[in-house]
Amino acid sequence: MSTTVSGTAPAARPVVQCEDLAVTFATDAGPVTAVHGVSLQVAPGEVLAVVGESGSGKTVTAKSILRLLPETATARGTILVSGKDGTPGENVTTLSAAAVRQLRGRDAAMVFQEPSTALNPVFPVGWQIAEGLLAHGMTSRREARAKAIEIMREVGIPEPEVRVDHYPHQFSGGQKQRIVIAQALVLDPGVIIADEPTTALDVTVQAEILDLLRRCRDEFGTAIILITHNMGVVADLADRVAVMYEGRIVEQADARTLFASPTQAYTRQLLDSVPRLGEGLARAQERAARRPEGWAEQEPVVEARDLSVVYPGRFREPDFVAVDGVSFAIRPGEVLGLVGESGSGKTTIGRAIAGLTRVGGGSLRVLGVELNGVRERQFRPVRSRIGFVFQDPATSFNPLLTIAECVAEPLVVHGRARDAHEARQRVDELLEAVQLPRTYGDRYPHELSGGQRQRASLARALALEPELLIADEPTSALDVSVQARVLDLFDELQRELGFAALFISHDLAVVDMLADRIGVLYQGRLVEEGTGAEVLGAPKDPYTQRLLASLPVPDPVEQAARRAEWERVRAAGA
Amino acid sequence: MAEIPTPTTPGPDAPARRPSRWRRLPVVRQLQQSVGLQRGMLVAGLVISAVFLLAALLAPLLAPYGFSQLRSGDRPFGAQQPPSAEHLLGTTVGGYDVLSRVVWGSRTALLVIIVAVAASIVLGVVIGLLSGYFGGWLDRVLVVVADAVYAFPSLLLAIVMAIVISGGQSDMWGGILAAALSITVIFIPQYFRVVRAETLRIKAEPFVESARVIGASHRRIMGRHVLRNATRSLPLIVTLNASEAILTLAGLGFLGFGIEPTEAAEWGYDLNKALSDVTSGIWWTSVFPGVAIVLVVLGLTLVGESLNDLADPRLRTRRAAAGMPEPMAGAPVVPGGALDAGPAGLSGLEPTEGDPR
Amino acid sequence: MTTTTQLPAAAPDEETAPPAGRAKGGGGTFGRYLLVRFALIFPTIFILVTAVFFIMRATGDPITAAQGGRLPADQLAERIHQAGYDRPLLTQYWEYLGGILRGDFGTTLSDNRPVTEVITTFGSATLELAFYALIIAFLVGVPLGRLAAYHRDKTPDAVLRVFGILAYATPVFFAGLLLKLVFSRWLGWLPVAGRASTGTEIDLAGLDGATGIYLIDVIRLGDGAAIADVLEHAVLPAVALGLLTAGVFLRLVRTNVIGTFGAGYIEAARSRGVPERRLLRTHAYRPALIPIITVMGMQIALLLGGAVLTETTFEWKGLGFQLAEYLQARDFVAVQGIVAVLAVIVAVSNFVVDVLAALIDPRVRY
Repeated sequence: MSTTVSGTAPAARPVVQCEDLAVTFATDAGPVTAVHGVSLQVAPGEVLAVVGESGSGKTVTAKSILRLLPETATARGTILVSGKDGTPGENVTTLSAAAVRQLRGRDAAMVFQEPSTALNPVFPVGWQIAEGLLAHGMTSRREARAKAIEIMREVGIPEPEVRVDHYPHQFSGGQKQRIVIAQALVLDPGVIIADEPTTALDVTVQAEILDLLRRCRDEFGTAIILITHNMGVVADLADRVAVMYEGRIVEQADARTLFASPTQAYTRQLLDSVPRLGEGLARAQERAARRPEGWAEQEPVVEARDLSVVYPGRFREPDFVAVDGVSFAIRPGEVLGLVGESGSGKTTIGRAIAGLTRVGGGSLRVLGVELNGVRERQFRPVRSRIGFVFQDPATSFNPLLTIAECVAEPLVVHGRARDAHEARQRVDELLEAVQLPRTYGDRYPHELSGGQRQRASLARALALEPELLIADEPTSALDVSVQARVLDLFDELQRELGFAALFISHDLAVVDMLADRIGVLYQGRLVEEGTGAEVLGAPKDPYTQRLLASLPVPDPVEQAARRAEWERVRAAGA
Repeated sequence: MAEIPTPTTPGPDAPARRPSRWRRLPVVRQLQQSVGLQRGMLVAGLVISAVFLLAALLAPLLAPYGFSQLRSGDRPFGAQQPPSAEHLLGTTVGGYDVLSRVVWGSRTALLVIIVAVAASIVLGVVIGLLSGYFGGWLDRVLVVVADAVYAFPSLLLAIVMAIVISGGQSDMWGGILAAALSITVIFIPQYFRVVRAETLRIKAEPFVESARVIGASHRRIMGRHVLRNATRSLPLIVTLNASEAILTLAGLGFLGFGIEPTEAAEWGYDLNKALSDVTSGIWWTSVFPGVAIVLVVLGLTLVGESLNDLADPRLRTRRAAAGMPEPMAGAPVVPGGALDAGPAGLSGLEPTEGDPR
Repeated sequence: MTTTTQLPAAAPDEETAPPAGRAKGGGGTFGRYLLVRFALIFPTIFILVTAVFFIMRATGDPITAAQGGRLPADQLAERIHQAGYDRPLLTQYWEYLGGILRGDFGTTLSDNRPVTEVITTFGSATLELAFYALIIAFLVGVPLGRLAAYHRDKTPDAVLRVFGILAYATPVFFAGLLLKLVFSRWLGWLPVAGRASTGTEIDLAGLDGATGIYLIDVIRLGDGAAIADVLEHAVLPAVALGLLTAGVFLRLVRTNVIGTFGAGYIEAARSRGVPERRLLRTHAYRPALIPIITVMGMQIALLLGGAVLTETTFEWKGLGFQLAEYLQARDFVAVQGIVAVLAVIVAVSNFVVDVLAALIDPRVRY
């Protein structure tokens, strides 16, 4: 492994030079051009971020560099990938298959979004790292294995001598991503193409992986093409940024310049859509000011005391405690935000309140009904007073019913209308309230985009004018600009209708935008609860501090300062 | 985040493009989707199946003689006559006309398929839906029973059932019902497994949970949300099971548990009687009924296999679009083709969310 | 094979515990899997044996079935009484279950032999046939399946798929008849039926401690001509039964290899410059093997059903042939006994196959 830093001498040949790239897919509906005339360059040791929303062509562009596109795609233009030692590259789009295979991994390597699918479950990780070496001319298996152990140590896998023989499922998500990065690094490529490398990971793990990617550049002199939709990640790592929209690069600039003074309208709009910490403060204060006197004494809509939820283990396996002694209350008209990473129990709490999961212990009162040991018969009348918005807009509608039929469902079930037809007028009002054209009621769910479906989902949840709305990660499957519009809509409706809400999210900034109070969950426990100002301004719990420090903010200057803080917190925790 | 444009999911402002009702019918839709080799297979399968269906429906018109006819006028056909102008495919050892029995045999096969598939679908779907939806100890017991029956050699089970139902030999309807019900017993576990697995999966889908949150009754949830979504893969299993039904019927007939030749024509029975002919070089008594079985099973299997491929995004070929990455890439591994895997393999065959149906 | 014994699944919520936790304490997973899977054999056997007993008795007692109409009523009643078939059905059922626990599956009516003896006498022939057929199925089905997957949607794939479907669509007895017609009758290359010619059968009858598996026995005889004779007799039945299974294996391997070929780790390996051939042969094949083996295990049932038909077609004196004989004689005690033994064989072999599949899967092993 060469540890010499190539440096960023201005005269150095770019590792990737892409001129006028166009990619067309043959589809059922005829050719579709996904990328139009994209030109970009990556200098040795440089981090170029390619940002854009889904469908912008960023992944297609990245995959073209290694010619990993499906057979249906035709790429035109020039892509030159130079060797790390400076050997000039040939045009990847016209190269022979054998030459492309040689280039893959050696000159440019790839890191994927989902580490658990990027690793073959039935081979040891060491074998999978060594395989790249063997494919590129190394003949000694022993030597390849030694290299694999060495690189695993470099990327921060403890005890690599032992772990080299372990299988992917024996590693955590973050460790798997480290191994995927090790697979790329071991061949010492001039450039690593990282396609959403942290999207599947929790925010605290994301910070670690970003740190590792930074080390790839600093210690191995590897250039990185970072494909991401997350502006915080861009601010943290990128030297230069290319913004893509509908298959074109709309703006390309130095990272600090781009964030400070974007020249294009689309870039500005994209940056404005990103939720930022502290934005919700004013809204929360305004809401607090409007509350009537004696509000604090009103009976809470939801009150949990020592709530615990346990999933029984399968045959002779220990039970899994998803929620462990959590206490909180939601008062009428109040929005409680629950934040936590995967496995923190936030979704389980939402489901328990909606009566979808049995309460294991403690007390949970919802709209005056105790849910511990409740019977469905007792709870059913209360259900009309609760609305629920699910995370995945793709699956939260019955694919065989029209949107109007889906939205009418609560009205029909609770006897407000005999059938969907009779409820149509109310459905139209609801669709209008969530800013969907009435005609969309006649469409089937798959004919709507994700954001539209999530609006319809909100309409269904609000059909009976509930006193309590539970929203479980309602925007995490959406693009950032769509997310911003859905969040605004949520806020507007909440003001108008005055329902209490439990807003569940993994994203601190999103929760901060809407919530009056924020609860932080960690491994089933509520580690901290308070107003946005308290929790985000002066976190007391070490986990909250770590979570907060891990969250990259969409501003390179501020993020540099935060990174220093994160390193301090991490060092203190270690 | 799959960025490759999929024409099946229109963009935010794309006009709603809904295919006509005719185009949304199960097989028709797949025919539209298919291309190249897969289309060829599907069309070939449909053509063979159509010929089979016509032969069964028009047997009295197509067959030169009755299935149990031994003489024309006063003159007996004679046994083991080679193909001639009078008997295009010759006569059997019992003195029947081979062509007539082959044609009439399609009618018996079709009746058995219809009764067997209808009976097993109704029972399998109802039990599978209830078992999967409510769970509990009854569900667990039913799963073990279904698995036990499923793992057992189906032919042996059919024999046991045939003994019970008809005591082995019987008239046409008795024989058809016996064969069909024996096959039903084998099929119920398959439908049960598919529908139950689908019910379990759909039960956990947000749209069902959303109905629960709303407070919809179990009946409403099962009828409106689960049932129709859980039975979408059934057309596919039906075609595959139909071919298995024919093979089981023929196997029963071959072992002497079929239908008496005077009651109806049955290919397996004829093959059994042809067993000794082969040794003496008489080929026409065995080849024609055998080819009839092979063709019908081939046709139905081709249809089933093509439907299977088209339903599985990983196996479906697109118009010049082989190997296009799919958002469904994380779908559970299908254990084998649907036929071999039985229903267990069908969990992965659901159309993608974005597919217009 | 079963839905109840699937590999350890995720926690009931999408918020699963961090996998790191499972990695630490995961040592007992395989042992636990083995235990649960083993325990499941017994209900399976119990259900099948019970079902067979009650279904067969639903028609009445076996003696009436076998002798009814041929004996005067009083003699019939006397024999029924002697055999104890006039006692309450449940009493008979408990006796039957108890017998099975002791390894006693009853005594045949037609030739008055214990079913276990019938099994040991004729089972070896079926075992030999099944073994040949499995070898053919593996040698033909697996490589062709991989070939078809490799040439997906091209001409070789089309040809192989049609072959696979034809192999399935041809009833094994019809395939047998055709093979006999062509290779025995017309070409005269191979014998028409039986396991060996009369001379060899006589030689084998004189062998001490014969295994009943003819190939082993003739090798012990050391007579080259006899070995050739036995092999010649085996070719057609083995091909007829083997091709049926080969067609199933072909499609199974093709579907699963193509399925895994779309996985993310294949693209990841490709991005590191791993050659295409190796992607298919190593990266896609090993993960595909897990479902392939599980489903192959289920073909044991198909093979046994097919053996009954093949043996009848070729007069191969095995368990299936014998079963057909007993069926003709309406000896339902024998049928019930043989079917019960087959149930045990199926349950146990499915268990073995599931364990084999789990052994390849590191997610269960560790």
